[in-house]
Amino acid sequence: MSNAVVVIQNLSKTYGEISALHDINIKVMQGESFGLIGPDGAGKTTLFRILTTLLLPDSGSVAVCGFDVQKDYKAVRASIGYMPERFSLYQDLTVEENLAFFASVFGTTIRANYELIQDIYEQIEPFKNRRAGDLSGGMKQKLALSCALIHKPQVIFLDEPTTGVDAVSRKEFWQMLAKLKQSGITILVSTPYMDEAELCDRVALIQHGRIMDIDRPSAITSTFSGPLFALKSKQMYRLMRCLKAYEHTKSVFAFGDSIHYTDVRAENPIKAIRQHLQRHGFDDLEIEEIRPGIEDTFMALMEHKSESL
Amino acid sequence: MNSFIGFVRKEFYHIFRDRRTMTILFGMPIIQILLFGFAIRNEIDEVKLAILDLSKDTITKEITDKLLSSGYFLGVRQLTAASEIDDAFKQGLIDEAILFEPNFGHQLLKDGSASVQIITDGSNPNVSRIVTGYTSAVLQQYQQELADMQNRKVLIQPEFTMLFNPELKSVYLFVPGLMALILLLVSALMTSITITREKEYGTMEILLVSPLRPYQIILGKVIPYLVLSFINVLTILITAQIVFGVPCKGSIVLLLAESFLYILTALSLGILISTIAASQQVAMMISLAGLLLPTVLLSGFVFPITSMPWPLELISNIIPAKWFLIIVRGLMLKGVGLEIFWKETLILFGMTVLLVVISVKKFKIRLT
Repeated sequence: MSNAVVVIQNLSKTYGEISALHDINIKVMQGESFGLIGPDGAGKTTLFRILTTLLLPDSGSVAVCGFDVQKDYKAVRASIGYMPERFSLYQDLTVEENLAFFASVFGTTIRANYELIQDIYEQIEPFKNRRAGDLSGGMKQKLALSCALIHKPQVIFLDEPTTGVDAVSRKEFWQMLAKLKQSGITILVSTPYMDEAELCDRVALIQHGRIMDIDRPSAITSTFSGPLFALKSKQMYRLMRCLKAYEHTKSVFAFGDSIHYTDVRAENPIKAIRQHLQRHGFDDLEIEEIRPGIEDTFMALMEHKSESL
Repeated sequence: MNSFIGFVRKEFYHIFRDRRTMTILFGMPIIQILLFGFAIRNEIDEVKLAILDLSKDTITKEITDKLLSSGYFLGVRQLTAASEIDDAFKQGLIDEAILFEPNFGHQLLKDGSASVQIITDGSNPNVSRIVTGYTSAVLQQYQQELADMQNRKVLIQPEFTMLFNPELKSVYLFVPGLMALILLLVSALMTSITITREKEYGTMEILLVSPLRPYQIILGKVIPYLVLSFINVLTILITAQIVFGVPCKGSIVLLLAESFLYILTALSLGILISTIAASQQVAMMISLAGLLLPTVLLSGFVFPITSMPWPLELISNIIPAKWFLIIVRGLMLKGVGLEIFWKETLILFGMTVLLVVISVKKFKIRLT
């Protein structure tokens, strides 16, 4: 049985009147990669700042690596790595100088912990004499991750590390995280991208400062009730409106180049839907049943929550 | 300790790689001192002189000729009555008036001493001081020549009067004021900006999470500017000495020590500003409006404190530059030592301690 690295109990935080976090309970085990998934403004950054001792909770208890974030903040700070959302490095320092600076600030050297960052740093090493300000988004992010890891933390907090980064770099980044996990580091990562959630061991869905669900991604998607259909047509906007007006519709969301649809009827409704839409002039309609993803589950949960409120 | 050295090294990188910072740091002092210096010299070449000769003898004629041939004076206006002097000054017709008493030459030869009144425009202390300096130099030279000729002692007694600002005790050169201004600008402005920049770029979050203690972060930010400001002091003093021959009559070691203290005061002001300001722009606004302006206006650099209305005079007491000016003027121009301005030194020291204590207390170990 592995130890819990992060233990959050009944955590609440308000900014004046606004409740930023409400009764949060999360336990993250050692060596786990844990995703915090939610839209902008859900409270992800606030939660990360409390975990990294930069903000104080209003109520509840938060422990990281066994230390209380309020009382033993120094001990917490010594054992974590943190990559803030806006983290922009020192633009006027070179790649190597940035890394050397963060190493020295944490009382270590690049050489002492090179092993840990080797895979990541090797990719940007050819540019080590280039100023950080002149790096591409993907390279900046690799450098930032190297800087956050250089002191060999037990747990690393990555606040929206892939926001504003191109698709290829995002994919590479998650491959790096998978490798990091093998070296035993606990990873907490927040992201607004639902597709990244499936790359985590476990995820927490957060919305309006409340945790809606915590589980393995596959377990979360299995809570999705009823079959899900993807519909495509050349007239997507009209299709959307037509489905919204349809009497048997349970939910309908635009999803990239298709529309995800659920039906209230128990029996397979594909035939009925096709007939209904053909009557409305959709001759090129494509319809198929698909496996629900995290985002579908998230949408359904959000819908469910707002109905119950 | 290594982490602290790494931090200081990083700060030096920031400074040396930013062209704007470098320009302000090293370009400004030299440009300022040359501007101030030459502005004064230009006016000196065009001194408008008036002479009221109530004696009209050969000796007063000779002195007038000497003054004219010295090259400092633009033209001579002959006056006939003392009542004209005031008007001529008010209309800006003249910068200096020289008044020979009746029977000047006779008295000088008979009694060996005679007095001449030198009146200048006290509202422009810098010009006033240099003009009287030139005039008394010419008078002294003539006095020496006359003494050699006569083979006995003669004494021309100049009486200096400054119109419009008669209570002004001594005339100040620009160097002390410029030092106070530049050190404040470099130390307070630059420090407050560099600390708020870390907040703006999000790097402060990392520094806070790092094992660096708050005082280490502050010290690391301050030390490079302490060093560079000190280099600035030397630059200003050397330029003033070489280009304009501004003397330092007192102890140069004491002057450097007092400058060091003043730099510390300015730096702690900068830190305080950075704990209040959330962005570089706010820090800059507070520094410029809250520090620079009062320093220029209320320190006694431009306007004499004694002629201010009492509310402003009261406010001037909380301006560090005021005390620094008193110290530096005493040191450089009068040549006095700590026994005269120990009180001012103590005030500056007290201000620094107070500011540092407030800053460290206000420096947040967390975000708000």
